Amino acid sequence: MTNSENTAPRAPRTKTRIRPFEFIAEKLLASIAFVSIFFIILILIFVFRESLPLVLGTATDDIGKVTLKRIFDLAWQPVSNTPQYGFLPLVVGSIKVTLVALGVAFPVAILAALFTSTFAPKWAKELMKPAIEILAGFPSVVIGFFALTVMASLFQTVFHLHYRLNAFTGGIALSLAVIPIVFTVAEDSINVLPKTMREASYALGATKWETSLFVLLPAATPGIFAAFLLGLGRAFGETMIVLMATGNAALLSPDIFEPVRTMSATIGAEMAEVVFGDAHYNMLFFIGVCLFVFSFSLNAIAELVIRQRLMKRFRGTA
Amino acid sequence: MKNLSKKILVAGLCVVSAFGLIAATGKKVITVKGSDTMVILAQRWAEQYMAKHPDVTVQVTGGGSGVGLSALINGTTDIADASRPIKGSEIEKIKTRFNALSYETKAAKDGITLYLNESNGVSEMTIAQIKAIYLGEITNWKDVGGEDAKIVLYGRENSSGTYVYFRDNVLDGKDYSSTMQSLPGTGAVVNAVVKDKLGIGYGGAAYAKGIKILKVKKDASSTAYEATPETIKSNLYPITRYLYMYTKAKPIGDVKDYIDWILSDEGQSIVTKVGYFPVK
Repeated sequence: MTNSENTAPRAPRTKTRIRPFEFIAEKLLASIAFVSIFFIILILIFVFRESLPLVLGTATDDIGKVTLKRIFDLAWQPVSNTPQYGFLPLVVGSIKVTLVALGVAFPVAILAALFTSTFAPKWAKELMKPAIEILAGFPSVVIGFFALTVMASLFQTVFHLHYRLNAFTGGIALSLAVIPIVFTVAEDSINVLPKTMREASYALGATKWETSLFVLLPAATPGIFAAFLLGLGRAFGETMIVLMATGNAALLSPDIFEPVRTMSATIGAEMAEVVFGDAHYNMLFFIGVCLFVFSFSLNAIAELVIRQRLMKRFRGTA
Repeated sequence: MKNLSKKILVAGLCVVSAFGLIAATGKKVITVKGSDTMVILAQRWAEQYMAKHPDVTVQVTGGGSGVGLSALINGTTDIADASRPIKGSEIEKIKTRFNALSYETKAAKDGITLYLNESNGVSEMTIAQIKAIYLGEITNWKDVGGEDAKIVLYGRENSSGTYVYFRDNVLDGKDYSSTMQSLPGTGAVVNAVVKDKLGIGYGGAAYAKGIKILKVKKDASSTAYEATPETIKSNLYPITRYLYMYTKAKPIGDVKDYIDWILSDEGQSIVTKVGYFPVK
């Protein structure tokens, strides 16, 4: 049977044989796959279409046309007698919370990944990895609630903060959701490094610390970069935690100890009651498009980086 | 305009289906539409009334005071619920369409309470002071007789009816200070003020523990009143609003019976249960 694939007459026979069950199963699976892509495309078209009046300048409200200039106002007061749709405070809010979250989550997650992959004894590793991965599956509303009731009061007394709910508290809470993502991706990218690399380093007399900081970490840079981008995307798009823990005041200030209103929380809070087809409605979709474009490009970059790294490995460094 | 025609279409469908229901069951149908603030109250009324009068169906829909009143103008609802008084232009439209003077029934009363933390030394303020605080003109408690510390503002999300009511009636339609933290629901506002000793919040008359209810006075020379059923009923408490029910003309037949029942002791006891105040 081993040389059967070389014999020419066999091929046409298998081609003509009909397997109706397999045929149907295959087409069914293919159609399911395409339907999911189809739905994603439909959602995209919908979100883009609903924000279109704003981009084209045809959206109107009580005081006239909503021009691009009004989108770049400095205040977010969409339900007002003189509505203002300036979304810059929201962008600043998102950036502030994201910076705090990543500033905490990134170093913690990377160090934790280094620890479990290099230093930790087997039992600790087996305990830590699943524990952190469970944290990833924690419902964000639970983290938000915890932040709102416990962390906010704690931080206020410890750091003497004027505002109980602020970007800092929200960012720390958000980091709880970001750490598992960064940790998992970073840990995997350190683990897949060839064993010879580590052994060569030890053989040259390097300590564990030197090996992990100067050999493993640089070698895993692409994976860690991807982890950073994925964490960034998660932090930027997360809604429930920031909605509950940041105070939701649309302030345009660089102070991280003041309340903020993020883009995602704004959509979450206002979408339910907005007048259908209103300029405010279009504006919320416009914010949605901004969020989508941002996280889509982050994911795309992360994907590219991972692929490139894999390709390099297969070409022969290992 | 597209929006309005859609609303008319939906309202039209409701009427058609309502007629269908009459034909199918022989029941008398009363349609009520309007204020979202009143939706829970209106539903309680309807449930209770239908339990007592099995031959009557009361259909309640929300949508907002304006939506209810335009449905009344279009003839697609029997009763329009509104948390604001009817506008002159709306009365005009009813006049030209139906040759009728619209009829107003004050069905319940609502008071907006201001919450302070229990440890706050301030216990009364004028409306003008509250306004200045929420506009961001007064930012320190010492300006209203408290300690020297910055005020932390809490309010409702902009989708809330209370947000709009407070802005239009206390802030004279001006925008809230952007430092106001908006929270989902009165419960969240109360909770925030319980935990924040420099906080101030507003909302329906909720009497939660750990909260100090601010006494409010009309101006510097008048007496300050706390929001209680008595002071709200007698208009002594200054931040109150009526919740209205509008009909095209003086109600007759089933609609009259229904409104009369709402104004009866039984109907008004439901008002208290839902958390608003009776009119009588």
